[in-house]
Amino acid sequence: MNTSDSPSPQRRFNTRLGLFLFLVYLTLYTGFVLINAFAADKMETIVLAGLNLAIVYGFGLIVFALVLALIYGLMCRRDPTEDVATEAADAAQGDSK
Amino acid sequence: MIYDPAPLAIFIFLGFVFGTVGLSFYLGRKAKSSEGYFAAHGQIPWAVNGVAFAGDYLSAASFLGICGMIAAYGYDGFLYSIGFLAGWIVALFVIAEPMKRLGKFTFADALDAKFNSRGIKGAAGISTLVVSIFYLIPQMVGAGSLIQPLLGLPHWVGVVMVGVVVIMIVVTAGMVSTTWVQFLKGSLLVVFSTVLVVMLLQKGLTTDTSSFETIGPLSEQQLKQNTIEGRQVIPPTGGWLSTTGKEQEFIRFVPRDGRAGYDIFHIDDDPDSDGKLLRQAQSVTGSGASKLIDGAPNGRENGERELQPIGHLSKLPGGETSTGPLGPISFFTTIGDSEVILWGNTTITNPEGPKTTVYYQKPTVGKRVLRPGEHPKFAGIRGESFGAKLNFLSLMLALFCGTASLPHILIRYYTVKDGSAARKSTIVGIATIGFFYVLTLYLGLGAMTSGALDLTDTNMSAPLLANSIRPWLFAVISAIAFTTVLGTVSGLILASSGAVAHDLLSGVMGIKLSGEAQVKVAKLAAIIVGGIAIILGVLFKELNVGYLVGWAFSVAASANLPALVMLLFWKKTTKEGIIASVLVGMVSSLGWILLSADTYKSVYGLDPNEAIAPFSQPGIITIPLAFITLIVISLYYGKKQDANASKASA
Repeated sequence: MNTSDSPSPQRRFNTRLGLFLFLVYLTLYTGFVLINAFAADKMETIVLAGLNLAIVYGFGLIVFALVLALIYGLMCRRDPTEDVATEAADAAQGDSK
Repeated sequence: MIYDPAPLAIFIFLGFVFGTVGLSFYLGRKAKSSEGYFAAHGQIPWAVNGVAFAGDYLSAASFLGICGMIAAYGYDGFLYSIGFLAGWIVALFVIAEPMKRLGKFTFADALDAKFNSRGIKGAAGISTLVVSIFYLIPQMVGAGSLIQPLLGLPHWVGVVMVGVVVIMIVVTAGMVSTTWVQFLKGSLLVVFSTVLVVMLLQKGLTTDTSSFETIGPLSEQQLKQNTIEGRQVIPPTGGWLSTTGKEQEFIRFVPRDGRAGYDIFHIDDDPDSDGKLLRQAQSVTGSGASKLIDGAPNGRENGERELQPIGHLSKLPGGETSTGPLGPISFFTTIGDSEVILWGNTTITNPEGPKTTVYYQKPTVGKRVLRPGEHPKFAGIRGESFGAKLNFLSLMLALFCGTASLPHILIRYYTVKDGSAARKSTIVGIATIGFFYVLTLYLGLGAMTSGALDLTDTNMSAPLLANSIRPWLFAVISAIAFTTVLGTVSGLILASSGAVAHDLLSGVMGIKLSGEAQVKVAKLAAIIVGGIAIILGVLFKELNVGYLVGWAFSVAASANLPALVMLLFWKKTTKEGIIASVLVGMVSSLGWILLSADTYKSVYGLDPNEAIAPFSQPGIITIPLAFITLIVISLYYGKKQDANASKASA
């Protein structure tokens, strides 16, 4: 168990990046939910290519989730402590998938 | 509706089921140790695990429930899609890596990693069991709904079949086979849903004005006659009489050609004149074998009637009758400019005999089904009541927080080898699930206009849409939906059996079991949980699948998420705080649901106005409550420990 050990700088970077992206998405999601709850009529406004805000924002949230996930995946740094553990496990299993 | 089981459908369906069970037996031979049974030795490739996430997650609720809700009321069901996907952001950015780092087999492992406390193992084990069983109910209900049209068997047979097959899968194999089954099923579901959407867009939209009759426009005077347009009116009696202050809603005619029962029409305003239109309606009286359709026994023989399939457009833009192939955007804009027939229902109480539910046509401007607020459960967001708005916020919060606290999703993090693989598989999961959720809006609206829907069972919308396009597609889609249920149920049962064997027995009671004995106990637990799930699935068959899942999310989010998040991000968290938070979150959300108006109405059959909980979705109260409990209790015990420590050192 190593939570009490001080985490590696890479892991700290990943955690911060994750929290930052989480807050970005949380803001957008909250905006969507609040418009629905308190200004539902706004959702009928046509905004793009003849589509209303409900569809554009809704699809947008789904696409944006994937975009953020990919950004996270590309920017995350490898945790050296984890690499050591993984290699040890691979060596023990004699299998490296 | 009465369904005809097609031989092809049965053949494809059985092929799927035997294939799944066979695969499971084959893979299961390898999994004898507890690492293999609970966590597939941590050797599942991340891409496979990612698609398996989709397999686990896209349950009966997503495929059957959401599509059914959209088919019946439009956009509102899509709000679930958005919330279900948004939850993955929490899972990826906050939970995935620490979860993998901290735990071994179960969710309780991760919570307990720092403290090694029996109390935490117990609380987390129980909450895993409760959430899993809550989540199992809608899956079993969905399975029953599927079996009915496919094999022509009663609902309970479907529930029992799923239960038995799943118990076999879980008992023979554990996590390895469950993962591969989920992978297979997740891929098939997404691929065939895409095929279905492409075929739907190719077919385009058509109007249908002949399935149901319309009479009129008529003047008020004509409506009061004994015969209208040559048809004899049945004089209203009992519940059919107009009650004071309320206009008469329906007119019944003596049927022509000597048919049994009556022809029923809803009295509607004519938008183009001052007069009234009569639009054909359908009625169901009583239930079970003595059920009457439009006043005649349910069936296809002489003297019997059956419910007609519904779901059509009455007008297309520019007075067209058929659009031809449509693009992914013009599909929405065309529906927006059309007129859709939705169906409302109302209950007629007769002084003697059972109640009659009348289903009537509601011509609706297409724009209204492309915006939120049409479903009765969501209509509150267009009203003035603050409670209704709070209910909506509460649901969206529970969906957002729920995903990352579902035990059967959390255990999937132990099947990959490290944090980086956990991250990658979550990204693959988000891509697969997100793509599927985009499809749900097409599938739902396509079903709404397919002319093939069952009035009394919205859960069947997606498979019936497939049926209206190609019968073989119906067989394939139903078989996939059924394996969807199988997969999710086996994941849930595996999570619960892990909780029993690993957390409760060895963790709490301190019974030391060898790895192999633990697996045996887990298999026994799987049989028992499976049995409970079968019973609940039969009992709750009337409830909407998508809605039930919303509740499971609320309980999961309230019981598990606060403890997990605080453990990761707040150093002062104590074991007492975690135990209290899990228990308070679980008990308060569960209690709230049991005392809510929806449960009063659909489970106990009581007057929903007497319900104690002010609105139905507990999340907005119970999630913060669990957070506060954890903070208060942790601070209290933290101080006490500090005091003890300083006393000891003094």
